[in-house]
Amino acid sequence: MTQLSQSENMSSLFNQTITQLSAALIAGELSSLELTQAIIDRTQAVEARVKAFIEFDEADALQQAKASDARRAAGQSLGPLDGIPIGIKDTLAVKDQPLRCASKMLENYVSPYDASCVVKLREAGAVIWGRLNMDEFAMGSSTENSAYHSTANPWDLERIPGGSSGGSAAAVAAGEAIATLGSDTGGSIRQPAALCGVVGMKPTYGLISRYGLVAFASSLDQVGPFTRTVEDAAILLQAMIGKDPLDSTSIEAPVKPDYVAALKSKKGPWKLGVPREFFAAGIDPEVKANIEQAIQWYKSQGCEIVDVSLPHSNLAVPVYYIVATAEASSNLARFDGVRYSHRSQEANDAISLFSKSRGEGFGDEVKRRIILGTYVLSSGYYDAYYLRAQKIRRLILADFEAAFTQVDAILTPTSPTPAFKRGERSQDPLAMYLSDVYTISVNLAGLPAISVPSGFTQSGLPIGLQVIGKAFGEEDMFAVAHAFEQAHDYQQQTPQL
Amino acid sequence: MPNTSPLDIDYVAHLARLDLSASEKAKLGIQLTDILGHFEQLEAINVDGVEPMAHAHAVQNVWREGDQAGATYSAEQVATMAPESRDGQVVVPKVVE
Repeated sequence: MTQLSQSENMSSLFNQTITQLSAALIAGELSSLELTQAIIDRTQAVEARVKAFIEFDEADALQQAKASDARRAAGQSLGPLDGIPIGIKDTLAVKDQPLRCASKMLENYVSPYDASCVVKLREAGAVIWGRLNMDEFAMGSSTENSAYHSTANPWDLERIPGGSSGGSAAAVAAGEAIATLGSDTGGSIRQPAALCGVVGMKPTYGLISRYGLVAFASSLDQVGPFTRTVEDAAILLQAMIGKDPLDSTSIEAPVKPDYVAALKSKKGPWKLGVPREFFAAGIDPEVKANIEQAIQWYKSQGCEIVDVSLPHSNLAVPVYYIVATAEASSNLARFDGVRYSHRSQEANDAISLFSKSRGEGFGDEVKRRIILGTYVLSSGYYDAYYLRAQKIRRLILADFEAAFTQVDAILTPTSPTPAFKRGERSQDPLAMYLSDVYTISVNLAGLPAISVPSGFTQSGLPIGLQVIGKAFGEEDMFAVAHAFEQAHDYQQQTPQL
Repeated sequence: MPNTSPLDIDYVAHLARLDLSASEKAKLGIQLTDILGHFEQLEAINVDGVEPMAHAHAVQNVWREGDQAGATYSAEQVATMAPESRDGQVVVPKVVE
């Protein structure tokens, strides 16, 4: 067997998985300092083209890495995440780091605390790395709404990485972090994961605490991981779950899970639902063919493929854009120019202080959603829009519950198209909103879902397969996704950067 | 559903305490009319007897375990996060005449 040269070995560290790297760290073949330095070197080599980050602090990351190595030398390693660099979306609070949500509104804000999920990662020994670019306040599907810069898709720098967690997805694809955290309100983890050829998942609503996640739509938001493999996502989810007294919407899983063990023990075959409504109009023919091929693979493994119907799924986009914008208009009211945000210098009374600060600090998409959300909640319109949408939301959930009496998991494309070009949809909000048509109903129903790489288009753009699980059914969801991943080599492929 | 009257942008922007330029109002007006048009399909759905859903997995009576004093931020720390502060206080324009 040929020995890789030191530099060759080092240069491929950034493409390795948490599983591989933690084994190497345990065996003493690698230090966290070497690994973190490799990530820093890689970031410096590609970041000018990818622009996944808003900023990063190399010295801080190296200091954390040294602390990890010291723990390990003292026999006090904290587990598989100890010493692993994990990138953080700019919407999650990290103590003493900027918390901008890619907005001018929070340009000068430094967080005085760690989000609960970040606390858990620190307790697991992870190296907390950088502030990853996103659509402003998590509103968008392309990362073009960042007030700072846009991020490139590492597979085609002229195309978008998806959004709103575009920086988090691109960083994993480009090797600028071993894994990253994002947030998902209508598909903001899964869609960029599919477009960037990486794994991304959103847990059941309530599994990961939202304390320290800047709120967009409180009944929909969830934190989740981006990784190279399903197993890595399982490791990260395991580390972050748990009822949190600081988040009254957080829930303990009814049965204590072991996600990594489930990958080994649950081998199928499964009953898999395919919703006919998800394969109708608007889906790119290459994506359709790819997903149909994936479904055929499961069938070839002895899985029963069940045609299911989610009859209200065509209403998911309008329901979402009423519910999410309504909640956002309420959540973003705190950015008023008074206590911690941008303050206008043009105002001379309280009301104009609020209005001018907000007018100056927020970007177009945020303003659009605040106006829409305010309208649907306003007197005379609340019943017709918001209340009606919340009722139809229950019908959407009922569709899933009915389907899950027949199947273990549901398979769909993650995104109707592969990555589109920069600027292609930015002038047409409705076209942009329709990018989320397959992911959105999952947030409305509070279910878990994962996107796994399922192949490429003729022109080399990644495609993702979405596996939707039952509420708290992540073990089955992971097992179904893992089986597909292990039988294909898509996660081995990396963009030419 | 009141879809015949166009969205009163000035009124809604005032409710939201959000300053919009004339060109922003014009552009938003068109885009929001388009989006609200997309919402019209919800009118046809029969929602009689359907409970509105605000939480994916309804949890009730989530109480804090007693009220315990603990470490918190100082007034100085919090005030210095503000755009303008003095003596541990946030400085704002005069509200009361």
